[in-house]
Amino acid sequence: MATLLRVTSPHAHGPVSTPKVMQKVLLATVPGIIVLTHFFGFGTLVNLVWACIVALACEALALWLRRRPIGFYLRDYSALVTATLLAIALPPYAPWWLIAVGVACAILLAKHIYGGLGYNPFNPAMAGYVILLISFPLQMTAWAPPRGLGQLPSLVEALQACFWPAGFDGITMATPLDLMKQNNSLLVADLYAQTPQFGRWAGLGWEWANLAFLAGGIWLLYQRVFSWHAPLAMLASLSLLAAIFYDGGSSASGGSPLFHLLSGATMFGAFFIVTDPVTSAVSVRGRLIYGAMVGVLVYTIRVRGNYPDAVAFAVLVMNFAAPFIDNYTQPRTYGHQPGKGGG
Amino acid sequence: MRKIFDFHGGIHPPENKHQSLQRPIRDAGIPPRLVLPLSQHIGAPASPVVAVGERVLKGQLIAEALGFVSVPVHAPTSGTIVAIEDRLVAHPSGLLAPCIVIATDGLDEWTSLVAPPDYRDMTTRELLARIRDAGIAGMGGAGFPTAVKLTTKPGSAVATLIINGTECEPYITADDILMRECPDRIVEGVNILRQLLQPGEILIGVEDNKPEAIAALRAAATGSAIEVVSFPTKYPSGGEKQLIELLTGEQVPSGGLPLDVGVICQNIGSVVAIADAVVRGQPLISRITTVTGEAVAEPGNFSVLLGTPMNYLLAQAGYQPGRNRRLVMGGPMMGFTVPDASVPIVKTTNCLLAPSEAELPVPPPAQACIRCGMCAQACPASLLPQQLFWFAQAREFDKLEQHNLFDCIECGACSWACPSNIPLVQYYRASKAEILQLRREHAKAEQSRMRFEARQARIAQEEAAREAKRAARKLAAEQRAQTAAAGGEGVEDPIQAAIDRAKAKKAAQQVVATRATTETGERDKLEKAVVTTRARLDTASSKLEQARAEGSDLVDALQLGVDKTRAKLEAAELALQAFVDAGQTAPQQAVPTDAASVAIARAVAARAADAALDPVEKARAQLAGLEQRLAKTRARLAASRSKGEEEKIIGILVSTEAALEEKVSAARAQLNGKGDT
Ligand code: SF4
Ligand code: SF4
Repeated sequence: MATLLRVTSPHAHGPVSTPKVMQKVLLATVPGIIVLTHFFGFGTLVNLVWACIVALACEALALWLRRRPIGFYLRDYSALVTATLLAIALPPYAPWWLIAVGVACAILLAKHIYGGLGYNPFNPAMAGYVILLISFPLQMTAWAPPRGLGQLPSLVEALQACFWPAGFDGITMATPLDLMKQNNSLLVADLYAQTPQFGRWAGLGWEWANLAFLAGGIWLLYQRVFSWHAPLAMLASLSLLAAIFYDGGSSASGGSPLFHLLSGATMFGAFFIVTDPVTSAVSVRGRLIYGAMVGVLVYTIRVRGNYPDAVAFAVLVMNFAAPFIDNYTQPRTYGHQPGKGGG
Repeated sequence: MRKIFDFHGGIHPPENKHQSLQRPIRDAGIPPRLVLPLSQHIGAPASPVVAVGERVLKGQLIAEALGFVSVPVHAPTSGTIVAIEDRLVAHPSGLLAPCIVIATDGLDEWTSLVAPPDYRDMTTRELLARIRDAGIAGMGGAGFPTAVKLTTKPGSAVATLIINGTECEPYITADDILMRECPDRIVEGVNILRQLLQPGEILIGVEDNKPEAIAALRAAATGSAIEVVSFPTKYPSGGEKQLIELLTGEQVPSGGLPLDVGVICQNIGSVVAIADAVVRGQPLISRITTVTGEAVAEPGNFSVLLGTPMNYLLAQAGYQPGRNRRLVMGGPMMGFTVPDASVPIVKTTNCLLAPSEAELPVPPPAQACIRCGMCAQACPASLLPQQLFWFAQAREFDKLEQHNLFDCIECGACSWACPSNIPLVQYYRASKAEILQLRREHAKAEQSRMRFEARQARIAQEEAAREAKRAARKLAAEQRAQTAAAGGEGVEDPIQAAIDRAKAKKAAQQVVATRATTETGERDKLEKAVVTTRARLDTASSKLEQARAEGSDLVDALQLGVDKTRAKLEAAELALQAFVDAGQTAPQQAVPTDAASVAIARAVAARAADAALDPVEKARAQLAGLEQRLAKTRARLAASRSKGEEEKIIGILVSTEAALEEKVSAARAQLNGKGDT
């Protein structure tokens, strides 16, 4: 008889695997991408494809430099997830170099410099986004007008916008979040009525994109890819603050809870960024705190800050705080008294 | 309905229990040989009371318990003792362990069993003795001596007796089938435990995936005080701590015992064994073992004699070795692989799992930890396995302890759930072992520090005593001088002086006496340290040799261990030597055994140096020593001759010289031979 294998328990293994988790996350972004493409044209898709190509190249390069098995780690899909999330966050019709710089920063600086997947303290996609936002504010705030408010570029034009930006003459338009912040003379109701960008609840196109990301997120929850704690805490604290400071819709109002829930990157952030396990807190209590704090920061930066959207900044700041949250939210171990050094 | 509590975490792995439940319990029969390890339980191994060649009868005592935490071993059938030797046993580390081997004669002839009195008339002490003498150790996995577990401190009340019929591990059905087929024996055993422990309530906990067992038990328990409680299936609800939380809502304090929350747990198999022992007077010689997995054609449960080689039992179930790459004793979550299919079934073997490769595939290589927290969600001890993993990787032992590594029950739920296939439990086991090792070393260092301080204090004390004595002597001399000067004036003075002298003498004697006693105790300790370390070195070396022979990849690790132990031995010997030397050079030393112990220490040191050398070096060293001795003898002889000493002395020296010369030449020849090879 062949010699028996000596291995340690457990001998059985659950059905979940990291590549599968990543695949599910990718799949869950599909509705959002479709809606974005519908309202803003092919720009998002071009972003996506180009970002993925650059990401795979960067990942392979980093793995090669670090002498890791390239094929094995590429198959964990984490680079594709980072690229996809960043591509979604970038304005459509961004030039190729902008995307390439963002992706390279995300993969090389935010991830591999720290030791690769699992060791990165900051969410790579958001780190890449923030680096771009600080370095190239002009390009990063140029959002195309949604369908219905302007002519959508064709696929050829979208490709041209990306790879030969000099020859592309796109139009841009302020987003509802910009408008809400800049507004200081109109009641919210009047603002909605007078500005076509606001659509039905929060912003033409934006509201549907948020709902699509919400749907993807709920599917991921159903698939138990992550727990509800962090996203729900974020949405709850954001709504709460918005409700408190709604101000009855005066000209100084920060916008209604619904406006905030369906604006900008709220749902995308709640279900695809805040849920990034690597960079968030680990325990249930920790994740509640983490999510709630992100919500608070998002609202504060949106209403008081100088940047158009706040999810990326809020997440990075909380990434920074996550280890401290972990330290103070160690669950009580079985058989330990509550309150004694975290159990 | 009783309130069922919940415990944190848990998982739902595929149960795979139906395969082994298709058939009733079968008898595995009598194999030609039985191999009975002396240690089938936690605690001191049993000590053989039979000799090779002796014929034994079924149920006869063949090894007796050694100490309180120990249980005896009995012959499972009649036959002849053919060997008492080290054999491969089912142990995670794949070690050899002392075993008694019986060649069975197929007659299955019982020894005369003493008909036990009615247990209702027995005292607690008698009941415990009977349980212990029957060799019963926890049959659910760990194998803790049952009688020890049932011994309660006087005054500590047992509020709840819990019988663990959970059997939450996938595949295993040994308890399930016992509950289905023998509920009456279980109730019988529980009644004995009731008499023994006088518990406030008695619960039999069964997961709700065993409706037949629950029904059978409920039927058998009607009219008794036993409550059969069922609760949702979730791994690891059968863990003792988890089961206690499920049924009582209380958590056993970390590092404590179930009795701290008024609970005693017993496993179904042990309860049946108790009934057999107390009612029928039968010792524990067989058990129910599940044989399952895709590599056996007819999975099921067997009543199997302890000591039966696993391959014999597997053959009864239609084993297909070609389909089987790992053989697991226990279940897929906590069981361990056995090194060879010939190892024997022991008291704790509840399951033999022979899976096909497709059934339990070797997991793909581990991916990075993505901190998804699935492990933390699964952990029944509410630990943070991902954090423990990080600290284990970084070898941050204090952080590991801070995060309560030692509350990990090694249930494997975290590893099962981890999407990155990280062998988390393996890390925890290794870290635990390492921390324990460090703790031991720390304790030892602490001990020697204390010993050193005690010695310092003693020296100071002696110095003071000597000073006092000197002062007393001086005083006495002064007084004497005064008396002399005064000339017959003080009649009492000489008496006083005598008294003083006597006092001083006594004080000095006392000092010497205390010193002698502490010193002997100290030397004993040091000598003991040397002896135990040497024993450890011996076992470590033999393990190393074995590993070398097998070409195992543990060689390096073992080599390291051997080196460390050897260093420790040397240190212990040095300490002993230093101690003895110090004693010898100290003034007023009056301990008579010193010369002997010096000799012992030297011999010991020489042997240690010996052990450290390789054969050629050893021979060379031996030769050098001999030559030295020869030279010394010759010098001495020359001196004696020149001094004209007695004939006899010179004669002895001459013969010594001759003997040494012979030895030297023999050693030279040997060395040359060795050098050649
Ligand atoms: S389940 Fe595995 S990958 Fe997830 S946090 Fe735990 S150890 Fe890391
Ligand atoms: S093996 Fe330890 S850490 Fe892992 S789930 Fe079980 S108790 Fe928790």
